[in-house]
Amino acid sequence: MTLLIAAWISGIALAIGAVLSLIRLARGPSILDRTIALDVLLVIIMCGLCLDMVVNRHLNHVVFIVVGCLVAFIGSVTIARYVTDRRNP
Amino acid sequence: MMDLALVEGGTADIIVDWITAICMVGGALMSVAAGIGLVRFPDLFSRMHAATKPQVLGLFLLLMAVALQIRAWSAVPVLLLAWLFQLLTAPVTAHMVGRAAYRTKHLKQETLVLDDLNEVVTEAQRRLDESR
Repeated sequence: MTLLIAAWISGIALAIGAVLSLIRLARGPSILDRTIALDVLLVIIMCGLCLDMVVNRHLNHVVFIVVGCLVAFIGSVTIARYVTDRRNP
Repeated sequence: MMDLALVEGGTADIIVDWITAICMVGGALMSVAAGIGLVRFPDLFSRMHAATKPQVLGLFLLLMAVALQIRAWSAVPVLLLAWLFQLLTAPVTAHMVGRAAYRTKHLKQETLVLDDLNEVVTEAQRRLDESR
């Protein structure tokens, strides 16, 4: 029972965090802001999978969490690498 | 003690459930903090500061909750691996994004208290001009 109430509270908290990072993703003035917001969104999705593993007591999503870390890393570094200043080249 | 933990509804079980609940709610609150920071903070560097909270501490607390509920030592190495990957990649990502932000001038100069990199860059530029 304790676990179920805690899971609901954390689920709502994760949803609020996801919505706020989506707002930054839509509004972000530069592409780097959007990169960071996407990073946070992916971490929140990974946290949600952890929540599912806690409530249902299984380990099926662990592989996605490991792979998700690496994909987020490659994506962010690639974007940051190819960002250029178009105002004064 | 191990037997007590395995009994469904035993005292140790209740304690572990409470610790799990605290870890879960704490980890989820980190992502709320990151979301509020992303929306409210004025420039890219302060947003980066807010964004690293769920990446390290939030994920750690939730993986801890998973480990506490699974209660098998075989699950610990892979959870540790997930967290270690996050711990290794988060600083590199932050460094690359911050570097790109500084180079493309996506920063607000008025929000910076101190800009040490600026001195280094102007010094390097001066040396480059002298060598030409």
